[in-house]
Amino acid sequence: MSDLVVDIRNLTVSFNTRRGDVTVVDALSLPIERGRVLGVVGESGCGKSVMSRCLLRIEAPGKIVSGNVTYFKDSRQALHLESMDATGTTIRRIRWKEIAMIFQEPMSSFGPQHTIGFQIGEAMRLHCADSSVAAVVEALKAVGMPRPDEVVRQYPHQLSGGMRQRAMIAMALSCRPSVLVADEPTTALDVSTEAQILELIRSKQKALGMSVLFISHNLGVIAHIAHDVAVMYLGQVVERSPVKTLFDNPKHPYTRALLQSIPRVDREYSGPLVTLSGNPPSPFALPTGCRFHPRCSERIAGVCDREVPVAETLADGTEVRCHRWRK
Amino acid sequence: MSSFFRNALVRYVAKRIAWASVVLVLISFFAFLVIQLPPGDFLDSYVEELSRSGMGVDSATLVALRHAYGLDRPMIVQYWEWVSRFARGDMGVSFLYAKKVNVIIAERLPWTLALTFGSMLLTYGFAIPIGIYTARRQYSAADFAASFIAFIGMATPGFLLALVLMWIFYVCFGVTVGGLQSPQFIGQPLSWAKVGNLLMHLPVPLVVIGIAGIASLTRTMRATLLDELGKQYVTTARAKGLPESVLIRRYPVRVALNPIISSGGWLLAELFSGDTVAGIVLGLPTIGPVMYRALLAKDMFLASSCVMVMSILTVFGFLISDIVLAYVDPRIRLG
Amino acid sequence: MSTLQTATIAADDVSWSQWRLIRAKFRSHKLALVSIWLLGAFYLVALFAEFLAPYGPWQPSAYAFAPPTRVHFFFRGKFVGPIVYRIKIESNPKTFERNFVVDENQPVPIHWFVQGAPYQWLGFIPSSLRLFGVEKSAQINLMGTDILGRDCFSRNLIATQISLTVGLIGVFITFVLGCLIGGASGYYGGVVDNVVQRFMEFVTCLPTIPMWMALGAAIPASWSNLKVYFAITIILALRSWTGLSRQVRSKLLEMREEDYIIAARVAGTRDWGIILHHLLPGFASYLIVNLTVEIPRMILGETTLSFFGLGLRPPTVSWGVLLQDAQNLAAISIYPWLMFPALMVVVCVLAFNFLGDGLRDAMDPYKE
Repeated sequence: MSDLVVDIRNLTVSFNTRRGDVTVVDALSLPIERGRVLGVVGESGCGKSVMSRCLLRIEAPGKIVSGNVTYFKDSRQALHLESMDATGTTIRRIRWKEIAMIFQEPMSSFGPQHTIGFQIGEAMRLHCADSSVAAVVEALKAVGMPRPDEVVRQYPHQLSGGMRQRAMIAMALSCRPSVLVADEPTTALDVSTEAQILELIRSKQKALGMSVLFISHNLGVIAHIAHDVAVMYLGQVVERSPVKTLFDNPKHPYTRALLQSIPRVDREYSGPLVTLSGNPPSPFALPTGCRFHPRCSERIAGVCDREVPVAETLADGTEVRCHRWRK
Repeated sequence: MSSFFRNALVRYVAKRIAWASVVLVLISFFAFLVIQLPPGDFLDSYVEELSRSGMGVDSATLVALRHAYGLDRPMIVQYWEWVSRFARGDMGVSFLYAKKVNVIIAERLPWTLALTFGSMLLTYGFAIPIGIYTARRQYSAADFAASFIAFIGMATPGFLLALVLMWIFYVCFGVTVGGLQSPQFIGQPLSWAKVGNLLMHLPVPLVVIGIAGIASLTRTMRATLLDELGKQYVTTARAKGLPESVLIRRYPVRVALNPIISSGGWLLAELFSGDTVAGIVLGLPTIGPVMYRALLAKDMFLASSCVMVMSILTVFGFLISDIVLAYVDPRIRLG
Repeated sequence: MSTLQTATIAADDVSWSQWRLIRAKFRSHKLALVSIWLLGAFYLVALFAEFLAPYGPWQPSAYAFAPPTRVHFFFRGKFVGPIVYRIKIESNPKTFERNFVVDENQPVPIHWFVQGAPYQWLGFIPSSLRLFGVEKSAQINLMGTDILGRDCFSRNLIATQISLTVGLIGVFITFVLGCLIGGASGYYGGVVDNVVQRFMEFVTCLPTIPMWMALGAAIPASWSNLKVYFAITIILALRSWTGLSRQVRSKLLEMREEDYIIAARVAGTRDWGIILHHLLPGFASYLIVNLTVEIPRMILGETTLSFFGLGLRPPTVSWGVLLQDAQNLAAISIYPWLMFPALMVVVCVLAFNFLGDGLRDAMDPYKE
């Protein structure tokens, strides 16, 4: 039996819009194992970001309609995050102390009016014993920030994007959380900075034994950092498996399409890159049956467009949601 | 760390003060020029008035008078006379009131300042909390109510509000709410009754002067805060586990206050406008009504001095708001 | 190649749906929707004011300060369509009060599409067709009359022409000045910013109404009405561009820091290209809201100036000029209909502000 740190079960999140309710995460189940990196990939708008925010209960203006998000603090204590008041004290004690997060846009993830040092110190004041300037400098040093004692009193606009993301990671790790949620942390960065930041997250994850939920739309990044991968499509997990299995033996047609769309240099040329046809359907008019069937090249007429596939676990540990794999 | 900021700030302030003096020179020229611009001077309108009431002035007297007042000299000379004396604190003589302008201004400046700063406090005291509240509860009943009142406030010109308030008091209570004290207290020594009477007269002018500023600053606060609330750093602060009220106050409100602070000078100018309008309609002992009468009568020393005094105060307001903004916004302070 | 592709995608995908979204959101803002129709009606009234008004704006009558005429539909319990009654002035020899006595014995029908006082529609098409009117022996004054017995309803309608266009012309000047000057200041920063800031400070430091008054007083009495009208719009705009300019500047200073601008600059896009293609859309909502909020400010400015006798002058008819009659507290207590122009001002300005607010909310990309 695996050791879970967070268990998401049947999570449904919806938004109230003027055009009606939109369900962006639909009965999604996703276990996160302790001490491992779980990568989540999917197109933009598939709900991966909203799902990850539920771990900190900052999903507003989205609303958790049903399902559970359970956080296992240790082997004895299970906390039901979904039942907590999103503005209450209980969840605030879990935020950052237990589950921290880094965001996509390093440019705007720090408030412009306070120094980096103040903002990191603020998190430490809330959750750690030591929040002295020295401790903040130490936290910056730990993520390899150059000139940490200067950066402490600098303002966000004085730092580069990569430095800001580094500072963000320093802030996220300052209280030694058990879970780090990384929502596309490298998307806004250039390639060499991206590599540095990924390396930093990986080394910190190892050193601290953290669990990481790593959101990305980039399979290459996921391959680089994740132990396990979940592929999301329109608010549901369509395939989940260890990273090697997923890349060597993808099961779901959507996963395969995603993989085929990546240029590879380590394989022999096997024809032109395949692009996935069409756009994801509007969340207001979801297809019947399998949500992927209108774009699927392997759909079975009369089945895929009528019956909703259920997630099934295969012999190699892959969990897949596709009619093709029922037999 | 702090000495670095202080030095940068000191340099910034010194630069601002230097600029402010240049602005003042420009304004003095403008104030004199515009008021001198229309053809004719005070004596013309004076003669016109006399002849209307059947009295004539012979031209020799007129020439003598014009010479005595220096009205026959080129405008630039007159300007220099006026501005150099103004700089020394002598604002000349008002034709209209036949008094030294200094005396007129000295009588009225304290009231102007008191009313202006009173309504400034009123403006910030209402606009900031209401702006924050309505932004956080967009589309709530309170938001609609506050917005509606703010809209009415913005849609009602000051003179109209003054008229309507006076009208209501006149029709409902049969009293004329003009001035700042009832006639029986004017010239009386300070007493509790006099203070009480003064306080009774204050609300109407304060509301008339402040309403436009309150309404528009409330809207500004709401609008900028709404923009800021959607930003990433608010989510970061929330994710850190900060209590909602603290994080709102510490992050987006701090940013949203910048436009409010930078509009401090503007607000002062706006309040002087309100002051002028309210002063004329409500008959307040402020500078505005004097300036109005002086403009109509082409009493240029008085009119120019009034415009100048109000402008100096406004420039000062801008200076302060710029310094405060630099102090609170690192992006401006550190470039 | 890739730029072309991106551009096409952007045009098809992003802007189209974005404008559709804005429209949909705007539609759900009921007040703004009502306002846009109301303003449309206002401007239609301004266009056809002479036709809608039963009298000319300067046409005097013997009935000074007549109260609003009541329109009846029933005569002695029988439906007869819209009628009015004649009024007679009776003087009370003891109190010297004038009383209007309504003669209810004879109905005077309201006729449609009558020939009334001649006018020049749009300033050059001669006509005398009026939407409605009554025979000469009677009066129809829906909003009463003023001291010279002129029809306040007609005067109010004609006044919309001046009062509503002052805002439009003034705001156009404001908009151009504000965007150019504020944009240059915020975008280039440095010396340009400093000079512009000082200049703006100079303009802003002159308190609005005192400055308007000084400039208004400086308009020579000998100028024609048209000249005065344009002078007033320019005076109003001279002050108001600074507000827009300041906002454009501060928004730009903020946005200058943002990634996509730096990206565009690095990509070699020209300065004005960046301003037009990246910065302008970034605060289009700011501009539009400012624009819609400046128009009513102009209207208020004109009204205030004219009210104090320093703006437009009779015989020009604007709301402010009409309100000059309402300066006397006693007069408005006895003849409250003199305050009708005030109502027009407030309603019109409210509508503009609601419209601006609706646009602002509709363009707020962070909401939903």
